Amino acid sequence: MAPSKGRRQPPSAEELEERNTVGINKETVTNTTSTDYPGNYPDEEHAWDKEYFRQNFKVQWHQNEQFEAQFSLIGVDASIANAFRRILIAEIPSLAIETVYVNNNTSVIQDEVLAHRLGLIPFTGSKKGIREYMTFWRKPGEGEDSYATTFDNNTVSLKLAAKCTHRKDAPKDSRDPHELYENAHVYARDITFEPLGGQPKYFSGDDAIRPVNPDILIAKLRPGQEIDIDMHMHKGFGWDHAKYSPVATASYRLMPTIRITAPILGADAEKFAACFMPGVIALEPVTRQEARALGSGYEGHEGEMKAVVKDPMRDTVSREALRHPEFEGKVKLGRRRDHFIFSIESAGQWDSDELFLEAVRILKKKAGALRPQVTNMVYAF
Amino acid sequence: MAGKTRARAAEAEEVDQADITMEDAPPSAQKPGYSQEEGSAMQEDEGEENDVAGEEEEEEEEEEEEEEPQRVRILPGSTETAASFEFLKEGHTLGNALRYIIMKNPGVEFCAYTIPHPSEDKMNLRIQTYDTTTATAALAKGLQDIEDLCDVVADEFWTQRDKFNAAQNK
Repeated sequence: MAPSKGRRQPPSAEELEERNTVGINKETVTNTTSTDYPGNYPDEEHAWDKEYFRQNFKVQWHQNEQFEAQFSLIGVDASIANAFRRILIAEIPSLAIETVYVNNNTSVIQDEVLAHRLGLIPFTGSKKGIREYMTFWRKPGEGEDSYATTFDNNTVSLKLAAKCTHRKDAPKDSRDPHELYENAHVYARDITFEPLGGQPKYFSGDDAIRPVNPDILIAKLRPGQEIDIDMHMHKGFGWDHAKYSPVATASYRLMPTIRITAPILGADAEKFAACFMPGVIALEPVTRQEARALGSGYEGHEGEMKAVVKDPMRDTVSREALRHPEFEGKVKLGRRRDHFIFSIESAGQWDSDELFLEAVRILKKKAGALRPQVTNMVYAF
Repeated sequence: MAGKTRARAAEAEEVDQADITMEDAPPSAQKPGYSQEEGSAMQEDEGEENDVAGEEEEEEEEEEEEEEPQRVRILPGSTETAASFEFLKEGHTLGNALRYIIMKNPGVEFCAYTIPHPSEDKMNLRIQTYDTTTATAALAKGLQDIEDLCDVVADEFWTQRDKFNAAQNK
């Protein structure tokens, strides 16, 4: 530990702000690593403390819909936020088409391409059924029957059968395939779910296994062409294949900070506002008090428009403001190191807010599973 | 499957005998007779699935948990206060989170993690401590701290979600 040379003053608010800001300059990014570790600053603790963390940790919600959630986690380190993000993408199980049995496919789309397209279609169904009833399928071992491990609680059976024919009642001069042919387009809604064994108990009515979006185009057919396919869905993880990822995207960005250090007035202010996303910078008239305050830089500018930071969260941190010489030394850009704006888009099997909670649960389970193993470890020394 | 694994282990031990002059190999070298294939990904999945399903039958869940293969080991060359651990089937997700939380322990002098090779599903963690604690204790505390952190995050997250939803519905 660092040698203590008598008590030092606790860090000032500015110093804490400085430590908590990643500097964004014209060509460089500074102050990127966290320093909140014991022994890093003399006379400062920084040890892990659950209660201290509880007091400082905050969640702010911005949007919460079934397929999109946005919220801020404030007061965590990047390593923790990133663990949650990684778990969201790759370690939450979901159900997807894994095996495609092609009985007949005379369409122009090749079997393997069709199989790949089918795998990527997101499906949904009873949450309880998918999470609690459905379990993981195991590949049968050598010598085992190929269906020895296939049961109603680990496999969902689907069928897709479509045959394209001429429509007798089609208008004579029509060139629209929808009018001319029956089944010219095969959509995700044409996939039928075939309940097995105990599945009807969970997956019936509104809870049936179905594509999240019924309008996904799978293949196009012409008269005489036919698709006849059976499919098996299994549970899997995003680390195995992206089709098993329960999210469309799960990402975070750091909260941008914009500090105007010297007055930006009049036409400059308008130009300044145009350097940022709409709504980030607002223009306000200089008040009488500001104009009276000596050394503020506003003296004699009462009523002129000045640039003020209104909503830094909207900013994309394009650094455009740093390219113009008139703003040099007047603005400081940065990002708050411990403020993560998460954005989670669910693919449909889970609600977006549930997904994050599940990610937290999985991280806890990971640590919980390893802890007894550390105690039971064989010591090699 | 089990027979196969045993055969593989035996084969590896033979290699160990032949390779006896390699004693000076660095501590990160793979230990022979330690099959990575022990318990395929699918088998591990089965264990996890039982966690969810087993809520009704506690006994069965415990049985399954005992069967989970040992995924942590201490690497040769380690001492009480300076040890390297090897985790199987873990990556940056746990590695970096664990590194952060262990570095937060005042008894720890140094902590870092690495993934020695991208095609091996392994994560190595190095911990060096002061005399006040041991590397293994610091690791166990780190894992416990992560669990505590997850509790706090989950609590606050869901409370704020409920508040937000209530405010939206007004």
